[in-house]
Amino acid sequence: MTTIASESGTRPVTDYRRDTGHRWQTVLLEIIKYSVLIPLTASFAFPLYWMISSALKVDSQVYTVPPILLPFPIHPVNFIEGWQILPFTRYAVNSVVFYTVPAVAFTVLSSTIVAYGFSRIRWPGRDTIFWLVVMTMMLPWAVTMVPLFITFKWLGWLDTYRPLVVPALFSHPYIVFLLRQFFMTLPEELSDAARIDGASEFGILFRIILPLTKPALAVVALFRFLWAWNDYLGPLIYLRDENRYPLALGIEQLSTRANDVGNFSNGIPYLMAVSTLVALPIIVTFFFAQRTFIEGISLTGMKG
Amino acid sequence: MAASTQRVSRYTPQEWRNLRLGLLFVSPWALGFLLFTIYPLLSSLYYSLTRYDLLRPPVFLGAKNYLTLFFDDPHFWNVMYNTIYYVGVSVPFGVGAAFLIANILNSRIVARSFFRSVIYIPSIVPAVASAMVWQFLMNVQYGAINGVLRYFGLPIIPFLSNPGWAKPSLILVAIWAQGAAVVIFLAALQDVPRSLYEAATVDGANIWHKFRNVTIPLTSPIILFNLIMGLIVAFQEFTVPWLLTEGGPMNSTEFYLVHLYRNAFEYLRMGKASALAWILFLIIVVFSLVIFKTSARWVYYGGEK
Repeated sequence: MTTIASESGTRPVTDYRRDTGHRWQTVLLEIIKYSVLIPLTASFAFPLYWMISSALKVDSQVYTVPPILLPFPIHPVNFIEGWQILPFTRYAVNSVVFYTVPAVAFTVLSSTIVAYGFSRIRWPGRDTIFWLVVMTMMLPWAVTMVPLFITFKWLGWLDTYRPLVVPALFSHPYIVFLLRQFFMTLPEELSDAARIDGASEFGILFRIILPLTKPALAVVALFRFLWAWNDYLGPLIYLRDENRYPLALGIEQLSTRANDVGNFSNGIPYLMAVSTLVALPIIVTFFFAQRTFIEGISLTGMKG
Repeated sequence: MAASTQRVSRYTPQEWRNLRLGLLFVSPWALGFLLFTIYPLLSSLYYSLTRYDLLRPPVFLGAKNYLTLFFDDPHFWNVMYNTIYYVGVSVPFGVGAAFLIANILNSRIVARSFFRSVIYIPSIVPAVASAMVWQFLMNVQYGAINGVLRYFGLPIIPFLSNPGWAKPSLILVAIWAQGAAVVIFLAALQDVPRSLYEAATVDGANIWHKFRNVTIPLTSPIILFNLIMGLIVAFQEFTVPWLLTEGGPMNSTEFYLVHLYRNAFEYLRMGKASALAWILFLIIVVFSLVIFKTSARWVYYGGEK
């Protein structure tokens, strides 16, 4: 029921060359197309290029008019020196061990079970209740932000990662929605056959359904990884102790230090170097899992 | 117990078994829904009627927080203006730009997946990292953009330090991170049956006709989806304005969530912050409903509806 966007770059759907018999119009259109697309793509790429190239500069190469597009000589040592100004290794451990890994594991596991209940078992009222899930997808997080803070404070969970990962145990509506879409595409006979053989529902889920939906699990795990890794507001609200900071708060901390003039030189290159290092896992993951990313994000838009 | 006996009689044993199993599987969600959605919603409604600073117990005020916000707080209307400005410009422009880019990418093009990747990547880079590079790029003294302008003897642009420029600058950053919408649109465009374009060609339609009468109607549900999602996100934009301008200069980028955050976590006015949250909730609901209602006129659902 859901067609996944073709990855191929050779399957044009709109074939403008057949539009008219007038050749000049086709040529003109091609020129317009690329003269929009190329500058546009260049300006999308420039900020990230600038981040990386500035990370390789020293102060004397930063404050120049005109700006230096290709720094020479380059100073890759910024990546090490910038990382060491604040305890970034600790921040990285916090980000990975205390936030990203549990958030991804908890969300994927719980959402898989819930999505199974909303798609592969037929029970009265199921689809009505599923509407509540869809509605919570659209609920502004600003509304629950304050009361949840009050609750977690009352539980004594401030300065821990619990407010950020414990809710993941209770599934995530958006991920439930996506997984349900995937589960529904599998034929009903698969489950029926297993049921006749006496398999339990958990057995069917883990032995039959999950092996067939590995790509879907990859998609949702990837999204959850992205949200946790990029999250800024959550840690900002719940974490005060600098020793517990994730990378996102560490970068902000470094930027505050770099802006205090006289603290240290090469503030901007260090800040850009650390920002590059924090963005790197995301960009690398994108290049390795490009297909998964694009399929996942395309599915998001499929009607719900 | 009486109710459940009646239920047993209404369902076959098989249905009864399925109901129990189904509820068992969705119970993590149900529990989470009660704990992290329903309870916070209700308690937020209660807190919004109180004065509460986390130190002393909440003091019940009735509707005072709301009344003060509406009638006695010029700052609130400024925040409202800033937010509506930001949403009103960034969402239509962002969705429009994404739609046009997707259309260009959907035509016969060399290296399509390269272009798509470059446009998509900014949307997944950590917002903190992109905030840092934009802050640097837009700096008045040593930012690259002003460096180029200066080199050519052009007037510099005070992107983040001038109240008139700050909002458009933040909108620019938001549109730069719109890549996900482009990918969603591109997927939708690739699902438009090619035969429709061929039929239109036979009927003598030009490019504009096809865009207007085939492309737009067939992708209109996705346009609606991106508009609503864009709206929900834009109303709650926090990270980029917080890091780039902290609401300044002269409160020109004090957007709704920045203001809410400040009230809750800097001034510890949990009551006022909850009232702000509920007002935002209602605004988002109203905006979404208006878009939904008017969508009946421009969204085409094919044979499905």
